[in-house]
Amino acid sequence: MVLKVFFPSCCSSAESGILIGRWISEQSSAVILAVVHFPFIPVQVKQYLSEVQRVTKVSVSVLGSWSNSKQEKEESLSEFLEDLGTIFSHEPWIQISKEGGSKFWSCSTLQKHSNNPKEEEIILVYYDQRKVMLSHLHPPLDTATSADHKADDASKLSAIFDTVAKSKILFMTDRYDDGPIKLTHWQSDGVEASIIVELMKQASVPACMLLTFLLSLISGICRSRVLKFWPLSFLWSKLSTCEQLGHRLQHLQVISSNKKAQTQTQLMRKANIFVSLLIDVALGILLMSWLYRKNRIGHLADTLIPVADHVAEELQDLLQWLMGAPAGLKMNRALDQVLGRFFLYHIHLWISYIHLMSPFIEMILWYVGLSACLGLTVALCILSDIIALLTFHIYCFYVYGARLYCLKIYGLSSLWRLFRGKKWNVLRQRVDSCSYDLDQLFIGTLLFTILLFLLPTTALYYLVFTLLRLLVVIVQGLIHLLVDLIDSLPLYSIILRLCRSYRLAAGVKFRVLEQQDGKPLRLLMQINPLSYGSVVQTYRLPTYSCYPKDSWTSLCKKLFLGELIYPWKHKGEKQD
Amino acid sequence: LAVRCPRLQLRSLSAVTSAVWLAAYALFVLSENSMVLSAAIFITLIGLIIYLHFVKIDQESLLVIGSLGIQVTSSYASGKESTTFIEMGQVKDVVINEAIHMQKVVYYLCILLQDPGDPQGISEVVPLFQSSKPRLDCLIEVYKSCQEILEQRKTALQSS
Repeated sequence: MVLKVFFPSCCSSAESGILIGRWISEQSSAVILAVVHFPFIPVQVKQYLSEVQRVTKVSVSVLGSWSNSKQEKEESLSEFLEDLGTIFSHEPWIQISKEGGSKFWSCSTLQKHSNNPKEEEIILVYYDQRKVMLSHLHPPLDTATSADHKADDASKLSAIFDTVAKSKILFMTDRYDDGPIKLTHWQSDGVEASIIVELMKQASVPACMLLTFLLSLISGICRSRVLKFWPLSFLWSKLSTCEQLGHRLQHLQVISSNKKAQTQTQLMRKANIFVSLLIDVALGILLMSWLYRKNRIGHLADTLIPVADHVAEELQDLLQWLMGAPAGLKMNRALDQVLGRFFLYHIHLWISYIHLMSPFIEMILWYVGLSACLGLTVALCILSDIIALLTFHIYCFYVYGARLYCLKIYGLSSLWRLFRGKKWNVLRQRVDSCSYDLDQLFIGTLLFTILLFLLPTTALYYLVFTLLRLLVVIVQGLIHLLVDLIDSLPLYSIILRLCRSYRLAAGVKFRVLEQQDGKPLRLLMQINPLSYGSVVQTYRLPTYSCYPKDSWTSLCKKLFLGELIYPWKHKGEKQD
Repeated sequence: LAVRCPRLQLRSLSAVTSAVWLAAYALFVLSENSMVLSAAIFITLIGLIIYLHFVKIDQESLLVIGSLGIQVTSSYASGKESTTFIEMGQVKDVVINEAIHMQKVVYYLCILLQDPGDPQGISEVVPLFQSSKPRLDCLIEVYKSCQEILEQRKTALQSS
């Protein structure tokens, strides 16, 4: 098989020495991790390697020799390097040599114990050690195979990425350390570290403990029995602000937990939640500062009452229009007047209620606006709740109209069956024929005609109020969609993909470098980053998403029959 | 193995631009708002950039390395390159398929991927050269070179 040598590009200019790395025999590929320079004592090298192997569980061994000479090939050096092959026995022993400043290296292998000594083809693949070490390979396929399958078709690339990632400890010694062994790898010029990162790591432990303590206090208060009484619990479940606050509390708990993230996905999730919370709070504070500047809250409160008055006036005009001859239809005068006056009285009650509240509105709004500092999502939820409260009368009208219409439709359908001489059999859940008495038939027909001729009036009122209610529902739905978007967007992953795209790898790409006859094929391996769409899909944060409960047909059917519709379903709500 | 796509035609580009600008001018005459004209110019520019960066493929190439895998690259007119690398362990075969599209028969080259659970089955078919659509004679050349390399892999597998 073709022998593949993965050589780190940082070692291209290293001095002569021996190569250490991992040999993957089933793919016939050698992953070189570092170069050990002369002088060294073979026993110490073997000791060091066995220690590294113990810690990292990667079978690191001496793979071959590397010679980098400025002049032409020296015979004595090459003999010395071959003799090394006998000390560190490895099958096959790889020899790479670079002469002068030429780009083309010569590579050969020594097979001592093989049965058929043939010339093997060698492919040299250069890779950037630091990037491969830090990157995380995203398998596009579902890893749902069993354990023994995995061993067989474990992807070659993931083996290579694994090897480099697990050998972190090998890269911890740099050339300034005084040890028996001198290595060259990507960090040999000095171990990289950042003061800010170290400081933050130190500071995060007490901060996490404090946060956990506070959160346990808050969740204890929330779960106390006082808040569980029936009217209050009903109120909490209806207000979306409470749900959003609970959701954010959960997020905070995840971040402040003491356990370190085990897998890559957990780490990314924590980071995503943290960044999302940060941006949310920042946007909320921005919004708050904009609202409180130039006393905008006062202006808002001042315009709220006239807006509510205006809406009520529009509704009154609408009802007057319905009580007349709307769109040329002739309504039943008596029923019309009754319904119209009923709804007008309601609006009158609503207006007086709002006028009663008007002196307190500004103060309430001012304090409610302060809670926008908890995050933009909370502010949006509060807005949606305010809309729901202000349009409560529309909801009431809708319910009245829907119930009346629903009753009428049921009455009509059952009397229609009587008209034809049939009856609904409750036991058998089907329509059966039935013989009625004459007086039953008479009264039934009378009621049927009355209901039928009153149908247009009720239907019109129902239609108008349903449309208004749907409008409000759509507006609330849009706000909730926006909140969901802010909640679930994995901002940290997107920023990582933008700035350090090699950390999220979908695969690799190879580029063929210049070639020369007789020398091995040279390839450059680069990391192929994940596309933005798959980043968002892989790292989406789970939310209590709201999506339409019914399909279009069932929605239309419910509207036709007059059943009450609650189009948005929240995840976790009981299905009734 | 690289296949070149037909270049962006100047005729079609100018046709589309003039159509958009005529419509914008008509709107301007109707509405007397000069924003319409600047909006039209803006939209044309943005549309051209989006088209060049995301839609118009300049060149598609195939790189087959016997022991590593197959790499498919498409480079767009704005210089962007999108690559997919398929490991040799996943590749079952490279074949030329026939497809009947409307009134003509179209030939396309595709890679068959192996199903990890079922050694005889095929999990996915990856079509190549979708935008440049080379003709059968070109495809046959590519097919022959690919088969040579795949044959070497099979003999290597059997001997080891």
